[in-house]
Amino acid sequence: MLEIEGVTVAYGGVTALDGVSISVPAHGITAVLGPNGAGKSTLLSSIAGLVRPLRGRISYRDRVLTGMAPEDIVRLGISLVPEGGGVIGELTVEENLRLAHMWRRDPSDRGKALDEVMALFPPLASRRSMPAHSLSGGERQMLAIGRALMSRADLLLLDEPSLGLAPKLVTLIMRTVRELCAKRGLSVLLVEQNARSALAIADDAVLLSSGRVIASRRAGELAQEEELRRAYLGY
Amino acid sequence: MSYFIVLTLTGISAGMIYAALALALVLIWRATRVVNFAQGAMAMTTTYVALAVIEATGSYWIGFVAALAAGFALGAVSERLLVRWVEKGPPLNAVILTLGLLLVLEAIVPMVWGAQIRSFPAPFSISATDVGGTFVALSPFNLFTIAAVLLVMLALLVFFRFTGLGLSMRAAAFAPSTARLLGIRVGRLLTLGWGLATTAGALAGLLVAPALLLYPNNMDAVLVYGFTAAVLGGLDSPVGALVGGLSMGLALSYIGGYMGGDLETVGALAILIGVLMIRPHGLFVRMAERRV
Repeated sequence: MLEIEGVTVAYGGVTALDGVSISVPAHGITAVLGPNGAGKSTLLSSIAGLVRPLRGRISYRDRVLTGMAPEDIVRLGISLVPEGGGVIGELTVEENLRLAHMWRRDPSDRGKALDEVMALFPPLASRRSMPAHSLSGGERQMLAIGRALMSRADLLLLDEPSLGLAPKLVTLIMRTVRELCAKRGLSVLLVEQNARSALAIADDAVLLSSGRVIASRRAGELAQEEELRRAYLGY
Repeated sequence: MSYFIVLTLTGISAGMIYAALALALVLIWRATRVVNFAQGAMAMTTTYVALAVIEATGSYWIGFVAALAAGFALGAVSERLLVRWVEKGPPLNAVILTLGLLLVLEAIVPMVWGAQIRSFPAPFSISATDVGGTFVALSPFNLFTIAAVLLVMLALLVFFRFTGLGLSMRAAAFAPSTARLLGIRVGRLLTLGWGLATTAGALAGLLVAPALLLYPNNMDAVLVYGFTAAVLGGLDSPVGALVGGLSMGLALSYIGGYMGGDLETVGALAILIGVLMIRPHGLFVRMAERRV
């Protein structure tokens, strides 16, 4: 469904991705793992249109994404949740959520979508009129994921949602992602340094290192491969 | 005492005009991080358009609306065709571009309409208002000036706070990359922002022309006063634009009234230097921005 073919991305002399080819199936969670600097975030940025590959092609349901502007890629049903959540601090929680639904030009659906997100993340409901910069790290991640849900995306690109969160919250976020995926038939591309928690919920896994694909397996299989785990995932 | 009151009232009226120009500068700064040095010249140009329409149709109000519409168009086109190229990149490029635009406008206008000083009509009486026998030093036109600017500011406040489009524009200004990830067409909203800002500037031009008269660089001083007002209030703050504008209006009125009209410009520059030395972020400092 999401085809990444031979993608090479370079930032001023540094090659972040080198001929990366990945096939992401529809429905289910694909984890993208690897050490720091492996190019995982760059991969998501390329799909979302923030960064243009030097070579290669990215297509989603046979539509070519490479070269499209980010705001147009969103309209195809893809939503990137950047590292740290990327919430707009000056706006309130509710404004951040409403904003994500704006492009749909469907005011009648907006309230309904808002209620769904508030029901899913009660802490957001109790803080709906507070500025987003006053939220804790975990609440920001909830808000960020909530925004992706507001846009009614089919493909979620999550960049390290567990970063900086306490273990209990990591479990909660991961479990929520798993449930959403199942309930709504979403596809999720999950970039994580916390390989263990990612593999616990993923269906497929891709291992990146220094901009190259090292391995691509079913998540359960990758979790069993001790050598790969020790060499690249640190456990 | 009555002289003080006269100075205060005229200062408030003038201050509203500076506030309108300051608001234009603030809106553009917030959206695109550019100081539009051509804002005064744009307001001057739209006032010439108004005069041409007034002379052609015989109606002040048609000319008034035409000036605002021309202001919107001028701002939108400027952003789309010119400023878009320098929005990223070194700030100096944007400075040079808007200064260049100022020069171009001040050169083209006299080519089209001549450089002689023209008078510009006021829609209401400019003599003191008769309030049950006493004459208040605020003319009906002054009252219109104050009301018009307040109305525009209120309208913009409601627009930004309570409409979806206003929300999208705020997001595009605070965090353009994040906004694009949410599907917001940031480019179009920046163009719209410039259009709205220059409309506010056009209003300032219309309101100042009856007293100041109309000639190609009549807005130069007003730009300096408006810019100082914007810096005084804080370049990020629309409320600051209003407070800064009123402060400048009053300060310059007192300086001109008590120390001589020649010192007004000097006074403005002294205030600008003072603000930059003592509190460069202005009175209404916004919290640190989160830019993605």
